[in-house]
Amino acid sequence: MSTEFERKIHETLADAKLQLAIYTATGRLKAKRVETVAPDVLLDYQELRAQAHAIKKHAIENLDHYLEEFERNVEAHGGKVAYCKDGTEVADFVLALAKERGARLIVKSKSMTTEEVDLNERLEHHGLESVETDLGEYILQLAHERPYHIVAPALHMTRYDVADLFARRLHIAREVVIEKQTAIARSVLRQKFLAADIGISGANFLVADSGAVVIVENEGNARLTTSAPRIHIVIAGIEKVIPRAQDLATFLKLLARSATGQPLSVYTSFLSGPRRTGEIDGPEEFHVVLLDNGRTRLLPDRGKRESLYCIRCGACLNACPVYRKIGGHSFPWVYSGPIGAILTPQFMGVAHEPALPFASSLCGACAEVCPVKIDIPKILLELRSEVKKSEAREKQHRLEKLAFRAFAWLMRHPRIYELAGRAAASMAPSEEGGWIRGVPGLMNIPPVRAWLSQRDLPPAPAKSFREMWRRR
Amino acid sequence: MSRDHILHRVRTALGRSAGEEARDLPPVRLRIPESAVESRAPQLLARVEALAGEGFRAATGDDARACVAAAIEGKCAVASNAPYLAHCGITSLPGVRSGITDPDELRELCASADFGITSADYALADTGTLVLLASPQEARLISLLPPAHIAVIACGRILSGLDELFSILPDPAAATSSMVLITGPSRTADIEQILVRGVHGPGRVMVVVVG
Repeated sequence: MSTEFERKIHETLADAKLQLAIYTATGRLKAKRVETVAPDVLLDYQELRAQAHAIKKHAIENLDHYLEEFERNVEAHGGKVAYCKDGTEVADFVLALAKERGARLIVKSKSMTTEEVDLNERLEHHGLESVETDLGEYILQLAHERPYHIVAPALHMTRYDVADLFARRLHIAREVVIEKQTAIARSVLRQKFLAADIGISGANFLVADSGAVVIVENEGNARLTTSAPRIHIVIAGIEKVIPRAQDLATFLKLLARSATGQPLSVYTSFLSGPRRTGEIDGPEEFHVVLLDNGRTRLLPDRGKRESLYCIRCGACLNACPVYRKIGGHSFPWVYSGPIGAILTPQFMGVAHEPALPFASSLCGACAEVCPVKIDIPKILLELRSEVKKSEAREKQHRLEKLAFRAFAWLMRHPRIYELAGRAAASMAPSEEGGWIRGVPGLMNIPPVRAWLSQRDLPPAPAKSFREMWRRR
Repeated sequence: MSRDHILHRVRTALGRSAGEEARDLPPVRLRIPESAVESRAPQLLARVEALAGEGFRAATGDDARACVAAAIEGKCAVASNAPYLAHCGITSLPGVRSGITDPDELRELCASADFGITSADYALADTGTLVLLASPQEARLISLLPPAHIAVIACGRILSGLDELFSILPDPAAATSSMVLITGPSRTADIEQILVRGVHGPGRVMVVVVG
């Protein structure tokens, strides 16, 4: 376990106030989910999960087909599609477009995908203002923190933290009433919405047969982001594509229930292309950026590619006994909880935080609540085995390095080298003219044994080269 | 170019070749419940109320007009160009501006109006949802910028739920660049899980069902 991972876990466990905040918030979300998927409320919940799993499986197995279909249909509606392999390419795309259109102010709606690539920082580095507009994300942007939870990003902060933050960053009187804090954010951000040149959103779904993006939210900031500015840029992972608009009847019923325990979120926007002739408002330009950022690395393995079915509802975080103790910021990357424990090692490599797949009791609560039935515990086990294999490789590697370092040292010390040579010659089994098969002591070291099992050594000469040189 | 690079990586990983069709697409799953048409309006309004919206039932267009007049009390309202609103006489109420086609003018009005009045293409009874398709009749910002949204909808427009909506509109993109489903007032629970209404969108949503 890295000291950083360990330190953050201990910090979180020692913070009683934080423990209570995490426990209460996840407990509430958990209870609300249970209410809305109860058999007497949602009769066909299990069938919906099975259908959602089957569609995601199909879409991922035929991903290239649906990406191309999506692209064709977006273009047919006057939108444009760009593929980006990483954060640098996404930032370059946005920067180039902003420069070309003379844009300076960007409003953003919540997107975990842009968190992956630190988009705000990259854009601000180049002099653009990029403002998060989801209340929780806005708070985090002011505090320079990353999301604590996939759907409740500022779960760890109290109204008092927000009061201090707003007072400090917005230069206003300290305000502790949550309704008033919300109104402050509304009025600050309303001005941004009306002045922004570009709106950047994520996407919950990309619909191949319609060429549409679907965005689900409760606040209305995503609607404003996608309606008010004259340019709308969608940034979405390639795995978000689903075949048909009609499949939304399945996914929308599951998403909000699993995330926040609502039958439907307040706003579901289904957007395809820029404003059409005759339509009164809406963006004049519509761009979709399809991001890889490591996703294609997850595709070859049939089992592990299930990780790409995730619809980012956050239900597994709320259900997880580990997340509920160690919280979101202990996790080493933007995704936390059980889904973070399987996404992070696959996106960043198992060495990023080798302890991560082990930070689970494998109780199965995550798989039980997952609306698309990702077998998270099974993937955790596979990742554990990968970590162990790579540790074994690393260990062998370390031994090899040690041997070479010893050899280098020996070469730099001629006296000792000669003594060692003489000692080795005297100790080596002397088979007249024959080859040495195995060296007794060394054969106990596994890598050396492996090496010597295929190789014989020539016998040690009676006199070393140095001796002969001296007596010449 | 990253497009070809990414698609190539996807195909290699999946063992597929360019242009290969998708196989074994699971059939669409739409289950439209058999619900009596008369029960839909009460169900819709009950759901709207449960979401802290306000539901009204008007027998006629005139009743709907009276209902809207009582709600706005002559304050500044911007109404969409939906023919149904004019049909009910709502666009001629005092304080109501309508017939706007210029985007800048509309945006300014919406940013300062107390009420936004629209019709809706459909409503979903089981979730209390309004379905609005952007068109020359319905702008996006009227249901979004003002602090209160009033939707006036004919009873016959109420569907049972999502499944029926997607069976009627298998491809919403064929009809509009923007379809939005509105389920109650704008809300957040981002600070301490305390529910606050009217974050960025309207904090008040009134649904008037006519007929």
